[in-house]
Amino acid sequence: MTNGDYYQLLKLLAPEWTVVGTVLAILFADLQFWRNRSVAWRSAGAASILSLGFAAAAGLLIWKRAVTADLLGGTLVLSPTSQYVKLALLGLAIVTAWLCTEGEFTKHVGEFVALIALATAGMMFLVSTENLLMVFVALELVSLSLYVMTAFNKRSPRSAEAALKYFLFGGMAAAFTLFGFSFLYGLTGSIHLPTIAAKISWHAGDPLTLVAIVLVVAGFGFKIAAVPFHLWAPDAYEGAPAPAAAFIASGSKVASFFVLGKLLSVGLPGVGGSGAWKAFSPGWLAVVAILATASMIFGNLAALAQSSLRRLLAYSAIAHAGYALLAIIGGSQPALLYYAITYAVTSVGIFGVVAVVENRTGNEDIAGLAGLRERSFLLSVALSVFVLSLAGVPPLAGFFGKFYAFAAAAKLGSSLGYWWLVALALGASCVSLFYYLQVLKQVWVAPVPEGQGKVAGGWVVSILLALLALAVLVTGAAPELLIRFLK
Amino acid sequence: MLAWTIYISFAAAAAMFLLKPDSRQGARVLALVAALAGLAVGLAGALQHAGGGLVTIQKYPWVPTVGAEYYLAADGISLTLVILTGLAAVVGILFSWNVELRTREFFAFYLALIGGVYGVFLSFDLLLLFVFYEIAIVPKYFLIAIWGSTRREYAAMKLALYSFIGSAMVLAGLVAAYVVSGAQTFNLVELAKYPFPASFQNWAFPLVFVGFAILAGLWPFHTWAPTGHSAAPTAASMLLAGVVMKLGAYGCLRVAMTLFPEGLATWRNAIAALAVVGIVYGALVSLTQRDFKFVIGYSSVSHMGFVLLGLMTLSTIGLSGAVLQMFSHGVIAGLLFGVVGRMVYDREHTRDLDELQGRRLSRTMPFAAVTFVVAGLASMGLPGFSGFVAELKVLIGAWQTFPKLAVIAGVGIVLGVAYTLRAVQKAFFSGDQEDVPGAVHGGHAHGESAITLPEKIGAVVLIATTVLIGLYPKLLLDWIVPSFASPLFDGLRKGGLL
Repeated sequence: MTNGDYYQLLKLLAPEWTVVGTVLAILFADLQFWRNRSVAWRSAGAASILSLGFAAAAGLLIWKRAVTADLLGGTLVLSPTSQYVKLALLGLAIVTAWLCTEGEFTKHVGEFVALIALATAGMMFLVSTENLLMVFVALELVSLSLYVMTAFNKRSPRSAEAALKYFLFGGMAAAFTLFGFSFLYGLTGSIHLPTIAAKISWHAGDPLTLVAIVLVVAGFGFKIAAVPFHLWAPDAYEGAPAPAAAFIASGSKVASFFVLGKLLSVGLPGVGGSGAWKAFSPGWLAVVAILATASMIFGNLAALAQSSLRRLLAYSAIAHAGYALLAIIGGSQPALLYYAITYAVTSVGIFGVVAVVENRTGNEDIAGLAGLRERSFLLSVALSVFVLSLAGVPPLAGFFGKFYAFAAAAKLGSSLGYWWLVALALGASCVSLFYYLQVLKQVWVAPVPEGQGKVAGGWVVSILLALLALAVLVTGAAPELLIRFLK
Repeated sequence: MLAWTIYISFAAAAAMFLLKPDSRQGARVLALVAALAGLAVGLAGALQHAGGGLVTIQKYPWVPTVGAEYYLAADGISLTLVILTGLAAVVGILFSWNVELRTREFFAFYLALIGGVYGVFLSFDLLLLFVFYEIAIVPKYFLIAIWGSTRREYAAMKLALYSFIGSAMVLAGLVAAYVVSGAQTFNLVELAKYPFPASFQNWAFPLVFVGFAILAGLWPFHTWAPTGHSAAPTAASMLLAGVVMKLGAYGCLRVAMTLFPEGLATWRNAIAALAVVGIVYGALVSLTQRDFKFVIGYSSVSHMGFVLLGLMTLSTIGLSGAVLQMFSHGVIAGLLFGVVGRMVYDREHTRDLDELQGRRLSRTMPFAAVTFVVAGLASMGLPGFSGFVAELKVLIGAWQTFPKLAVIAGVGIVLGVAYTLRAVQKAFFSGDQEDVPGAVHGGHAHGESAITLPEKIGAVVLIATTVLIGLYPKLLLDWIVPSFASPLFDGLRKGGLL
């Protein structure tokens, strides 16, 4: 390793440095200048700094979008795809930061926004490495930031409970992941994914390999809230401050899916086994197929019974984790990323609407949306776009995401592959339409409750929500606009 | 040019929200203008493409990654149904001139539905067709759930779920066909050339066919239809029966039958049997209904049975009869629902035949009575109306292939006469209004307004259409029959099926 390498590293990491610098700038400005300002002022200020800093980082990413690099034995691996994924993460973080201006859940809003930025930094490192240790460290940076963000509403016992559950499950999952990594290292003598890939196939039938696979998948199953590692999700979604829940549901999902996909397809290609009908053989494909099955069935059925909007979203997120796993099984990275990114945009948008509505009405139930059409046309239309996209109705992004993922899973060479999983996923989508329509029924059909005035978010949030809805529509109607960046 | 039918409808739906929330008249006029424009474009385009061959309208790469194209085209079958859609859209708006509740949104959903329907009839890329097919589901839900009547939320959800389940089956079949063909294309014309293995066709065909046929009211998957039709507001019932059920039948013919001819050969008898059960069952159930709209709803199931039976005959005469029956039933069912939903229900506030009995509506609303009698005659299949030609052709086709089933289907026609006459008699011609105590009909005496001009225009247009096609079916058959010569149906011909 020469000094030249370090200089190269510094240069390539410019976007990450910018993000970390933004963290410090937010903390500094909030502590030094804004102590005596109102919370609303400080949250808008912090979000503005974050937006500026992230815009600069995004500019650097776009400038260096064609870069490919592999430094320090896979510690930093850059490709155009990873750059675009980072762009998406920055965008999601900006929206999340502005959601902090809706509702005062804390006085220390500068720190909260700084944590968003810190988590983003973690995600950016997470998507640009092929080194197990680096994956773990980045994952912990993300997780710790998110735990704290979940707990940030100190006045709410539910926030504390949610954070504790999230933290305990998360700690356990991290331990599993690390344990699994240690087995992989023990089997192959390497923490570099391509090296592992080259050597792991010698141990294809080895029970130890299977243990390692199960442990690793379990750890990431927690991050993406796949059954049976989903137990934290409903509580975290319900108790966390809206921006924290939004970021858990969006940025964290994108990064985790990207890494899980890479880990399995780059790091463990030789030990996939199979989950095809009547041809089960042990390996990660079989494990992931089981996880996807359980998530789609359980998530959708449990969502049917929810009356709280946020819990409904949590169970719907579990179901969607199942659908996205189909893209991993199909081995299609563009399908996975298309799904994860459009899903994240949709989720952050829904949480935006939820934040505004809860902030103005204090009602967290689905019934609290009653008559939203009269109270805010923009929010109603945006929410409808997001919810219908989750339901998979074309021409919205959720439809093409599902189609792309399902088509990938259905194709195994030139014959039908995981058709049983695709059939199940399609059936599950039909079930999901029922509860998504329950939400829209409140918005468009239910009578307007008396004595309820207009609902409106701040203008920045309103514009962002409109843009997100537009993005869901455009990427759904013309998927190629997004896909061409993900190949 | 025909593509503008789609764009105009969607643009007008979006433009509704530029109007002031309370501008009812503006919304009506905008909707009517858009629908008329759609119909005009449809007619003009149809005349341009006279001959019935397959004409490409627009073809661009859409999602090259998966090989999907934005491919709009038309043949005689599409043209027939596009014109039907235009007609139904215009008349539906005329019959919903009195919608006062959230008028703007009503017409926005209405036009979005129309746009989706046009899209289905003009798409020759399967993914695109599927997208339009699904776009049509959501507006249906809201039209019924917001503006509907009896058990509207239940009926709306039932309809939405049935549609969604059907489309999920279709999607499963399409993805499977896409993967198995390995052709990286959704172009229907290309895929229809691919010889899918017989074992594959044997399960893919019923999947796709039944998926579409759910929407066409195939027995035993028809139960959404009567509840949906009755709960829907008048214009939506007219569209549901008039056009949406045709989406299903169209999908069966256009997609399932052309892609999987060998699967069709395997399942043909079973589906023909189901179709005939639908004909007789729908008629019998219709005979016992008290709710006027349920009578028409079940009659739709019965008439759509003829469409499906016609498809299964696999002879040019039967197939063209089926397509003609789609058109004919679209017009007649629209008319029947218009009379029942708008003219009778909106004024009498009941659809219960036992309650209507005794009001002798033929006196208070002669126009409605005359219209319904004419529509009823058309529905029975009286010569001179379009229904006669269509059902006759289907029966002739069926006679050649399924003689026994043809006889049973003939019984269905007789039953059709029975339930129609029963409804006519109960609703319009029984009791004597003078004898009824004032307290009973005092309720409707003040609310009863004369049949309005838009209703009259709408009714006359539909009656004129059914008579025109009844007297001169060649107008449509000249488009429909040559369509079966297109390469799309080569698979059927090769199998000796057509």
